[in-house]
Amino acid sequence: MYKIVTKRELVPHINLFEFSAKEVAVKIKPGQFVILRIDENGERIPLTIAGADVEKGTITVVCHEVGKTTKRLGSLKEGDRILDLLGPLGKPVEIEKFGTVLCVGGGVMVAPLHFQAKAFHEAGNKVIGVIGARTESQLIFESEMRDVCDELCVATDDGTKGYKGLDFLKDLLKERKIDRAIAMGPVVTMKTVSELTRPHGIPTIVSLIPVMVDGMGMCGACRVTVGGKTMFACVDGPDFDGHQVDFEELMARLKMYAPQEKLAFVFYEKGGRRL
Amino acid sequence: MSKPKPKIRKEVVPMPKQNPKERIHNFNEVALGYTEEQAVAEAERCLQCAYPSSCIKGCPVEVDVTAFIKLIRERKFDEAIKKVKEKNSLPAICGRVCPQEEQCQANCVMGKVGDPISIGRLERFVADWERERGYEIPQKPAAIGKRVAVVGAGPAGLTAAADLTKLGYEVVVFEALHKPGGVLVYGIPEFRLPKKIVGAEAEYIEKLGVTIKMNAMIGKLYTVKELLEQFDAVFIGTGAGLPLFMRIPGENLCGIYSANEFLIRVNLMKTYAFPEYDTPIYVGEKVAVIGGGNVAMDSARCALRLGAKEVKIVYRRSREEMPARAEEIKNAEEEGVVFEFLTNPKGFIGNERGWVKAMECIRMRLGEPDASGRRRPVPIEGSEFTMDVDNVVIAIGRTPNPMIQQTTEGLQVTRWGTIVVDKNGKTSIEGVYAGGDIVTGEATVISAMGAGKKAAKAIHEYLMKK
Repeated sequence: MYKIVTKRELVPHINLFEFSAKEVAVKIKPGQFVILRIDENGERIPLTIAGADVEKGTITVVCHEVGKTTKRLGSLKEGDRILDLLGPLGKPVEIEKFGTVLCVGGGVMVAPLHFQAKAFHEAGNKVIGVIGARTESQLIFESEMRDVCDELCVATDDGTKGYKGLDFLKDLLKERKIDRAIAMGPVVTMKTVSELTRPHGIPTIVSLIPVMVDGMGMCGACRVTVGGKTMFACVDGPDFDGHQVDFEELMARLKMYAPQEKLAFVFYEKGGRRL
Repeated sequence: MSKPKPKIRKEVVPMPKQNPKERIHNFNEVALGYTEEQAVAEAERCLQCAYPSSCIKGCPVEVDVTAFIKLIRERKFDEAIKKVKEKNSLPAICGRVCPQEEQCQANCVMGKVGDPISIGRLERFVADWERERGYEIPQKPAAIGKRVAVVGAGPAGLTAAADLTKLGYEVVVFEALHKPGGVLVYGIPEFRLPKKIVGAEAEYIEKLGVTIKMNAMIGKLYTVKELLEQFDAVFIGTGAGLPLFMRIPGENLCGIYSANEFLIRVNLMKTYAFPEYDTPIYVGEKVAVIGGGNVAMDSARCALRLGAKEVKIVYRRSREEMPARAEEIKNAEEEGVVFEFLTNPKGFIGNERGWVKAMECIRMRLGEPDASGRRRPVPIEGSEFTMDVDNVVIAIGRTPNPMIQQTTEGLQVTRWGTIVVDKNGKTSIEGVYAGGDIVTGEATVISAMGAGKKAAKAIHEYLMKK
């Protein structure tokens, strides 16, 4: 069992959790992920790591309530325990002194992006952060990102805060010399950033979280096409070259269980299952 | 006048099974097991050949078959199971999933005049008899004061762990999944091997004194080298759990699964109880399962139970070359699975939403035997055709899990990714042993158990000298 040491609501429906998992905390690195399962009936869900505290023996994840499992996770309190937590999984992000690193994150993925931005900063890079959300009230980790970025831009889909959309990146990419770009967030965000950096030849790393089951290379649910080759995001990734990823296929595969997810959610909302 | 010798019954005592019409609507066990009377009647057919009889020689863990069958005849069921457990720590599992027809039963003398003795069913009977009454836990031996780490809680790892703990070692098993059992929990379906039985046998091994640590993926959480700092020896039994795909166009369309994914969702995650259990699955109306092994049969039978209207097994050779057990092929046929022999997929066609809607196939004919001894399938030019499908399961085999090999410097590995060992299971690193599918490639539960046993013995010899 893995205890929830801290739970903090960052904005409505987005929670930060610190789980007690000492062995994982010692090993896990930015870019890696964990798989957790709430209880005996639960599904296994992958969550990208947003931090680790070796002294406290905790790992941090941030989770958006979008379906049954994430909603159930959101209903747990500090002191509650979940049944399973497996990690570290996947390969860590490559941290080196590249020069200037552009870190773009959207939605809940701003939290794991922060963990990476911090590492890039500590490795001596100049970090330009771009964080986004659907709307101002959904924006997370702004001050945390400010602490580790040399510059920080904010963008929202509806323009309620900062830039409206990511179009402003076009000018930024023209004006500045960027040595590497990192994009994390919804598939459309990663796709947009990859398309914008492509003409400038900036190596762009995207962090993919397709549907997964075991997370250790056994099932192939997470297969993605990268440069015409099939890769497993769980063991070959989750980071891939954004200029090579078949995002259309990824989007179709992410919707594979949409009807079942809806059914499960309704079932849960109607109290079909107690916690 | 001496009593006339009772006539020996040549036919096996049949085991009751769930009716096919009913069983395709549930995941309950298909074979229901012998009653006491049936077990004794079957045991009475045994000729009690002199030791070591051919059945014992056919068993990878050398269960004393004649002795335990004699005890069943005498209705000493408690002694019979003890006799089995001297060699086999997972009898309820082996009684169900071992290919007895190729092992203990293959050279049964009765088999020359009639049906061989159904050793598997008898083993299952005594194991179930004991489990229903509660396990007797043998007394713990004196502690040796040495520790062994076992990587993987599948058949090889659990067997090695049980044997080592019985010798007095402190044993910790590291399992990456959330349940012990390996392929027994993620691969073999409930209707062939109920998971409560795997759970009970794993629990028995824990009661012997073994610690099983879940969610611990060696290679990620600890390396083998790190384990060697804490343990005196390491046994690697990580199995062959990686799915093979066909590498043909359209394979990543929605609705196409590896057999591993399909079965993990069904067995480990219990998707058949969705939405009480959270994990979803997609099952179409027209399902094609590619492959001819037990995993293909299992996938096809799961698809039927999950509501598919039509399930086809698409196999590139003919019935004779199918690697699945005859019993499993029969079960699948009884349940209505259709076989498309001498057929191979060439590609998948998707709809506008990225879902599979058809499969391009080609007919095959059999040519000369290949390295496996089976006749090689050769495509018949111009025989291409399209098969309408909305769900595909690819069951063409599994390869070794590469995690340990990739993260253990100095560990000798073959070009197939299996770990190189000597005849006792010793690897190229001192104190590190391996066995099961990670050494042989995909094989059987019992051969993995045999390898676990052999390695446990070798580890004991090594640690006694150390």
